[in-house]
Amino acid sequence: MEYILIIISAIFVNNVVLAKFLGICPFIGVSNKVSTSIGMTGAVAFVMVIASLVTYFIQKLLKSYQIEFMQTITFILVIASLVQMVELVLKKVSPSLYQALGIFLPLITTNCTVLGVAILAVSNPDYGALETAVFALANALGYGVALIVFAGLREQLELAEVPQAMEGVPIAFITAGILAMAFMGFSGLV
Amino acid sequence: MSKLQILTKGILKENPALVLILGMCPTLGVTTSATNGLGMGLATTFVILLSNVVISLIKNLIPNNVHIPAYIVVIASIVTILQQLMEAYMPSLFNALGLFIPLIVVNCIVLGRAEAFASKNNVIDSALDGLGMGYGFTLALTVLGAIREILGSGSIFGFNFLHSDGIIGFVLAPGAFLVLGLLIAGAKILTKKIYKKD
Amino acid sequence: MDKKNPTLFQMIAVLMAIALICAAAVSLVYKATKPVIEQSQLNKKIQTVSKIVPEFDNSPVEESFYVKTANGKDSLQFYPAKKAGELVGMGVSTFSEKGYGGRIDILVGFKPDGTIYNTEVVKLNETPGLGDKSDKAKSNWAEQFNDKNPQTFKLLVKKDGGDVDAISAATITSRAYTEAISTAYNTFMSHTNGTKPEGTSGATIKNN
Repeated sequence: MEYILIIISAIFVNNVVLAKFLGICPFIGVSNKVSTSIGMTGAVAFVMVIASLVTYFIQKLLKSYQIEFMQTITFILVIASLVQMVELVLKKVSPSLYQALGIFLPLITTNCTVLGVAILAVSNPDYGALETAVFALANALGYGVALIVFAGLREQLELAEVPQAMEGVPIAFITAGILAMAFMGFSGLV
Repeated sequence: MSKLQILTKGILKENPALVLILGMCPTLGVTTSATNGLGMGLATTFVILLSNVVISLIKNLIPNNVHIPAYIVVIASIVTILQQLMEAYMPSLFNALGLFIPLIVVNCIVLGRAEAFASKNNVIDSALDGLGMGYGFTLALTVLGAIREILGSGSIFGFNFLHSDGIIGFVLAPGAFLVLGLLIAGAKILTKKIYKKD
Repeated sequence: MDKKNPTLFQMIAVLMAIALICAAAVSLVYKATKPVIEQSQLNKKIQTVSKIVPEFDNSPVEESFYVKTANGKDSLQFYPAKKAGELVGMGVSTFSEKGYGGRIDILVGFKPDGTIYNTEVVKLNETPGLGDKSDKAKSNWAEQFNDKNPQTFKLLVKKDGGDVDAISAATITSRAYTEAISTAYNTFMSHTNGTKPEGTSGATIKNN
């Protein structure tokens, strides 16, 4: 039950993109097509779960030496090197998966969802390793839902006639605003 | 490029938030009030300025293929120092900005300026560039925060002049997207008008 | 140094040097700011406690102790306020997990008979403009609890059959706030009604 709550809350109620404003740059940047959005979601989910688990144990280590103030530095270094490692391993182990996710991996270091979710997960004292993994996966799914729905909307938007000044990014933000409004309907669900 | 141009391009022509569309997460996340927007802008300015200066000082010592990790360490340290200073001397702002302070590390503006400008220019130009970009970002965040605060809570910088509650949607997530979208469109029109001759 | 083709040793040496210098700088700032941070947190705590209990002449924060809640899982921090050695009020640091933005932490002050003296928000993450109205800095909603005795004033929002007016459009926050007060009240009453305080008692000084 607890896990289901974590999942529903992360996907609908506290959506990373539409309610917590994390990972907006790639949200606006790569959401032109549904297919790229799916690829991005896969890559984010992959890295986010591993990164959250690794940072969970690193936080324990930092805590035992009482140097939690080094959190930001260690986490970002771990995530940056993790992305590189995932890229290398994926290339060797599963070339097909690498081809699907490969181009998105370098973008992930600067995707603040990964660092944001890692920090959120370790700052919740109730989360053990399993909850952390579920929380990361749920957030990645929430990210995916927002990204894919948004990409679908933008594919339609290409055909619409938009005032010149609103073309491109501005209209994307307006659309995102309306989408965020729709997601607010889920509030109070959990 | 003249020194003045480096310093002023961030206001509109290369405004990081409104024209280059960088650093969107804090732009949307913390601008529920003008005060928060201003605070976040100044915090980011501090980081860009310092990281630009440090990186342009050490740029010649770093081998090319490890420059990104080196820059990230420098930036993350500066952010951590800022985090501690804010917690000590500005605890209420520190609480209001919350998660978005450590996330300055992954703000694309900071690494972007380090990579695109500070790694190629001297210290003084890099500092000017950091300042220019920083206050361009601050300006955008403060304006966005002010609009959302006026419409959403009927107040400005915490001073309630409308004596009413305002339209709550503008303080919530949808308002952030809507106002930012309109601001970007406005900046687009303005840029076109001013730089028509270029 | 050859920037284009560095040796492995050079790469490692440069990164190590940068990491060392950065770690040293961060640690220095940490050492310098730590006492300031702790002092300001302590000051804030003392200030908040003094707002929620009647006038006192002891130091409630230093004399604080922990009492287990009814479910036995959590403990709440109690701040006894005394005047001339006599207990005039008790501050209770309480919380609810059910806020709209997650956990909310509040301080509730009781008179010795259980009447609520005052409440104050310590930390909450509620929606600006809606749920954050439970904070006294934003609206006077929370003042309805003052001088009410939970024996006659039912600590539930009106929707749930109680006496608490909910903040309009923020029932969840109101419920959480009320629940936190209720937890504090129940724990306080079982503590004063002679039941032995479980858990750590005495002058356990523990900040954070």
